[in-house]
Amino acid sequence: MSEFLYLYRLPADSPELPGSAQNLQLRLQKWTEWFKELEARGTLKVLGHPLQPSGAVVADGGKTVLDGPYAESKDIVLGYSLVQAKDLAEARAIAGGCPVLTYGGMVEVRPILQM
Amino acid sequence: MTAALPDEHFFRRESGRLVSTLTRMLGVHNLALAEDAVQETLAAAVEVWAFRGVPENPSAWLMTAARNRAVSLLRRERTARRFAPEIGRQADADGIDAGPETDVAHLPPPLRDDELRMMFSCCHPDVPEDVQVALVLSLLAGFSAQELAGAFLVSLAAMEKRLSRAKKVLSGTPALFELGARDFEARLTAVQRALYLLFNEGYHGASPDAAVRLDLCREAMRLVALLIGHPPAATPATHALAALMALDAARLPARVDDAGDLTELARQDRSRWDTRLIAQGLELLEASARGERVSEYHLEAAIAATHALAPSAEETPWADIVEIYDALLRLRPSPVVALNRAVALAEQMGPERGLAALRSIPGAERLVAYPFYPAALGELELRSDHVVEARKQFRAAHRLARNPAERTFLERRLAECERRLASGATSSSPSPPRPR
Repeated sequence: MSEFLYLYRLPADSPELPGSAQNLQLRLQKWTEWFKELEARGTLKVLGHPLQPSGAVVADGGKTVLDGPYAESKDIVLGYSLVQAKDLAEARAIAGGCPVLTYGGMVEVRPILQM
Repeated sequence: MTAALPDEHFFRRESGRLVSTLTRMLGVHNLALAEDAVQETLAAAVEVWAFRGVPENPSAWLMTAARNRAVSLLRRERTARRFAPEIGRQADADGIDAGPETDVAHLPPPLRDDELRMMFSCCHPDVPEDVQVALVLSLLAGFSAQELAGAFLVSLAAMEKRLSRAKKVLSGTPALFELGARDFEARLTAVQRALYLLFNEGYHGASPDAAVRLDLCREAMRLVALLIGHPPAATPATHALAALMALDAARLPARVDDAGDLTELARQDRSRWDTRLIAQGLELLEASARGERVSEYHLEAAIAATHALAPSAEETPWADIVEIYDALLRLRPSPVVALNRAVALAEQMGPERGLAALRSIPGAERLVAYPFYPAALGELELRSDHVVEARKQFRAAHRLARNPAERTFLERRLAECERRLASGATSSSPSPPRPR
């Protein structure tokens, strides 16, 4: 078993708004079901957290502090989870069911470096 | 950490409640900002709740979050200095701490009046009736412009234009409609009308999506219940309107099947009618009899009740129904009412009389795009054994059909014509043409 970090990403210019109340309701249902399923399968190692869309970036040995994520970044990270899977192929396959994909987002799947 | 997932209409209800309360607090000129704040709050709630589960009191959670979001949006605006203290003061007056770290537990319940006041604001006399309906759905039920465009069969651009024009009218007033205002009664009439049209759009409307139409009916019933809950708005006409909705909605399980296809009244399986809604409708109808004035809603509810109480299609007291339609025509002359009366008359006196009545409807040209007019002609022609003429009418109706359910319904009638033509049979079918 290996561990993988899922980064849930949404393009900054995604036409997420205006969504309807009903779409949001469905979205919540899908996310809840998805996490529940991961949990039931023993895939979910750490549920993780949602992230605020903006914060700060500290760079240049601390001399530069920017508001928000990198300005050149084309998408924002909505949140992250830690999962375990047999290999990258399986981790990718599982990520294919993530609800973020249904509204223009993506899942970045990154193996945790093992040495 | 997790309360149960909110019921399937939770976001709809909350959206209306939040927009109404924020608009009351910020003033109607900040309507767009209130909408943005609510939209962003609901989207963020989905992300947070997905991870952390739904909080114990999701409504209070949303109200706090939306208000905080509105405050920060206001601060971001250049006029922040002028308005931010204002919302702070207003919030204090409501017993709400406007600070960004408000403790959810200390929030008072939001005023139920806010939604009512928003509903009355939407029915502004300078906003056309059909736009009032769209506006109610947008502001009180969280429908997106895209969904509304689909429900009313107009382009997205056209719907956006209508909504923004209407919101401009609303923004011209400083505050939400005061429920104690002098023109309360006149505005109540407009609100009843808008909810009636909303329900009808769901029941007979053009949207190709059966689930959307069902949603419209449900929203109309939820909003009319708000009126009933506010004594000055709970007039006999309001009760009659609620009765009409309950009695019509009671037939929905038999009227629309799982595929969204329509079954006309005469062929509906009456055991599938919702007896709870029928009982509720009859009770409301009784409550509506307090006043002296008979409204069009009283008459329409009486027709629906007559159908609901008939043990079978054959035992429907058509003479009574024709009589009520006559009263309705005197009260609100309309080609659609005349069409329904003609159909009832055909049941009572035979298809020839019905056909004659259909052909002499005053203002029938206004029915030119209404598929149920040629469909009614077709049905009565078919019953008079004029199968070729019937087919012609059904074809015309089919061309006017606005959604797959109507098309499928008319295709079945066309197939019946073909079958009769092929067999030369002359059996007559007792179905009224309009799937009421």
